[in-house]
Amino acid sequence: MDWQFVFSQALTQAIGPTMLVYALGAIGLNLQFGYTGLLNFGQAAFAAMGAYGLALAVASFGLPFWWGIAIGLVAAVVMALLLGIPTLRLRADYLAIVTIAAAEIVRRLARSTVWSETTGGSDGLRGFSEAFFAMKPWGDDGNWSFLFVSMESGRLTVDLGVVNFQYSDRDLWVMVVGWTLVLFFLAVMGLLVHSPWGRVLKGIREDEEAVRSLGKNVFAYKMQALVFGGIIGAFAGFMFALSRANVQPDAFTTDFTFYFYVVLILGGAARLFGPVLGAALFWFLYNLFAQGLNQAIRADVIPPSVLDSTQVGPLVFFLLGLGMVLLLIFRPQGLIGNRKELMLDVR
Amino acid sequence: MSADQQTGISAARAALSGVAAEPGVAKPDPILTAAGVRRAFGGLVAVDVEHLEVQRGSITALIGPNGAGKTTFFNLLTGFDRPSRGTWDFNGRRANRMRSYQVARAGMVRTFQLTKALTRMSVMDNMLIGASSQIGERMWAGLLPPLWRQQEAANREKALELLERFKLIDKREDYAGELSGGQRKLLEMARALMLDPKMVMLDEPMAGVNPALKQSLLEHIKGLREEGMTVLFVEHDMDMVHEIADWVAVMAAGQLITEGTPDQISADRRVIDAYLGAHHDAAQR
Repeated sequence: MDWQFVFSQALTQAIGPTMLVYALGAIGLNLQFGYTGLLNFGQAAFAAMGAYGLALAVASFGLPFWWGIAIGLVAAVVMALLLGIPTLRLRADYLAIVTIAAAEIVRRLARSTVWSETTGGSDGLRGFSEAFFAMKPWGDDGNWSFLFVSMESGRLTVDLGVVNFQYSDRDLWVMVVGWTLVLFFLAVMGLLVHSPWGRVLKGIREDEEAVRSLGKNVFAYKMQALVFGGIIGAFAGFMFALSRANVQPDAFTTDFTFYFYVVLILGGAARLFGPVLGAALFWFLYNLFAQGLNQAIRADVIPPSVLDSTQVGPLVFFLLGLGMVLLLIFRPQGLIGNRKELMLDVR
Repeated sequence: MSADQQTGISAARAALSGVAAEPGVAKPDPILTAAGVRRAFGGLVAVDVEHLEVQRGSITALIGPNGAGKTTFFNLLTGFDRPSRGTWDFNGRRANRMRSYQVARAGMVRTFQLTKALTRMSVMDNMLIGASSQIGERMWAGLLPPLWRQQEAANREKALELLERFKLIDKREDYAGELSGGQRKLLEMARALMLDPKMVMLDEPMAGVNPALKQSLLEHIKGLREEGMTVLFVEHDMDMVHEIADWVAVMAAGQLITEGTPDQISADRRVIDAYLGAHHDAAQR
């Protein structure tokens, strides 16, 4: 059994395009849920606004790429306003109900047959990402190598001996843009949560009536958090759509939202780097289990009578679920959370 | 010379000395004037106050038996609840349509019966969040620390002074959730002062406070008056009312049944009836 391959694959994925999607979505959710205490159960829909906004604009209406980005962002802002205006004056759970329902409405509208000429129905859309990959600043077929890094026919290999990382040319471009976005939003979030503005958000999370009694317009703050978190969610959607070069409605199920939550809680909510660490660990473990089990079956370490390769997928999610339960029991604060803060007597 | 420019216990009491002890009586210099305030929950009329004025610079107690509508009245005045009808002016401004945060910005700051400390934030952050018009509390300005750093430092100075005064200075870096119940009351009061209020509304400030702390809390409340603030507080403890209040308003069944100085109130037959039920003396005989 090829352990080196398993680890290399898992590590490759742990900083790869999909992980970046989870990291971005969770950064947005961290502002809403971690810092402000808003229960947004519709982050998948904000990602869908980004992904479908871009895909529809470019593939169906023939607009330029940047128009697609702008439309995706506007759609996310509009959705945040629509969901927030009726619910943010009410108790926290109303937002949870409305966002989870809205996310399903968005997905079902996208897969309905009525507009399938435009939206592609359940098959979704493709053919909107050429402009993005055309922006890649390096050529397609340069072959070079430098120390342990080599580029060969559009495939980058970083060979560290024990493990090696391999990315296609396109993945590499997605990663450059994705990591730039992650770092940018982390910087912005870092400034925001350490500012007086961020302090008001944390106050709202603790007790919004108290904050109201101190002369703060709580509704406006919650709306800002919902909108900005939704915008970051839309960027997760852009990266998701571009990294796969297609969008499909069923990628935006509530599961997608819950992965953002898993990532956030795994890393540590209300911690700046929680979402990034959580995303890396989550996607590392997922690939480690999946590749490990697949390799074990292929190498006959696990006989087919016990487990065959079609059962690997569900089993991996079972294991991750178990891991999540254990985490909540033994380390409820996540990787870098503050246990003391979590255990405080909230009277 | 108006009462708010004077200081000490005598000023407010002196100003109120000639005022008749009857519900809805006019005061020489009211900071708050409420008229026809009514709040009904379905068929139940929780508050129905014809007229109430609160003298500027005084400590006024709002007392009454359980269910008299004191806290509901409080919530209405501070914008935490909407009246069915009625108007009130605070400090010369029509205030009955203001939202709770606008009321606080206008200078009327409240505390809560169940203390609302922001538990997973430090005591210092609890104080700083109270500071008003910090420009860094706008989202865009939050991104530019040079814009708000100086203001933050000034607020921190002010917070330190208040924490010193309320004997919380050693706790400033602790989580508010680590404080005792009484310390949380102190923190809540200190935090309210960060807004430089003109009027402080205290909802049962003595509830759940141990006797040792009670005395210091009383002194702090008197201190607010000495700084020229008006205090309106809801309380059950008649001893405390006697000790610090300049004026007492009594509510029962949603209505203002009487007003007067503490001495007048404790001699008032209607107050005893309201608390203990009418004719309790007759029943004893």
